Amino acid sequence: MDIPYTVEVRRDTGLTNGKIGIWLFLASEVMLFGALFASYILIRVGAPSWPRGDTILDVPLATFNTIVLIGSSVTMVMAWASLMRRRFGTFRLYMGSTILLGLVFLVVKYFEYSHHLELGEYPRTNNFLAVYYTLTGLHMLHVFGGMVVNAYFWGPGAKLWKTNPVWFTQRVEHSGLFWHFVDLVWIFLFPTLYLL
Amino acid sequence: MTSDHAAEMTSDHAVDIDKHVRVYITVFVALMVLTIITVAISYLDLTVPLAVTVALLVATIKGSLVACYFMHLIAEKRLIYAVLLLTAAFFVALLALPVITHSNGFWIHE
Repeated sequence: MDIPYTVEVRRDTGLTNGKIGIWLFLASEVMLFGALFASYILIRVGAPSWPRGDTILDVPLATFNTIVLIGSSVTMVMAWASLMRRRFGTFRLYMGSTILLGLVFLVVKYFEYSHHLELGEYPRTNNFLAVYYTLTGLHMLHVFGGMVVNAYFWGPGAKLWKTNPVWFTQRVEHSGLFWHFVDLVWIFLFPTLYLL
Repeated sequence: MTSDHAAEMTSDHAVDIDKHVRVYITVFVALMVLTIITVAISYLDLTVPLAVTVALLVATIKGSLVACYFMHLIAEKRLIYAVLLLTAAFFVALLALPVITHSNGFWIHE
């Protein structure tokens, strides 16, 4: 027997299982990052002194990464819009761009981390770096996870488009919701870690 | 409009999507401008409380744009709003905890 409400919406909620599932997952993610932000506030407010982020971190590089991640959110939503217009080729182009922009973000982060590690700036060095590595490290894991899911929909998962285009479009939308959430987290991480 | 309605993909929907795409481009430009503003503000010699307030205000505007337009929260179903309302309540409580702790709250004594 098929699982109900994968493609058709429930009458009472107006939602599919996938839609409600991804939003519940994102709610748990809000609490995960919320707990870390709360810890950051507690550590920072309790410290006798705290360095400004721009005295330790590379602001131009992080600004570039912010632009990259926002750009990837646009290509992600355009990938979904392409499916809604039934243009599979355009979807592949936008989804491919999203994955590549995610990769650019991670490569920039790799150089940023390498630079700090070369200078002997480890998570154990001080509280600022501990918070920096924890928050950006967890965020990077999310970027990587999103890239894996997006790559699946760009490649093998795209077979579903031929047999059930509506379901495939919904799956891409749900994957997009996660990707936009990752962008949203970075929008708050960038000023709080790098600029203040 | 979400892909829950994709089964009814007609020419009307195509027009709707075209409108959406124009909104996405506008939001993208707004996010770029706000990113520049965020960085520019950090170069001003503001006091820490003011700098934090302004930075978080700009970040909240940017985050709202992403949530409302890219995540389609501006036109979502009631159940999603209910889930997010509950999440927001817990999130605020979570952030309030360190603030109360730091201000030596009524149940924490030296």
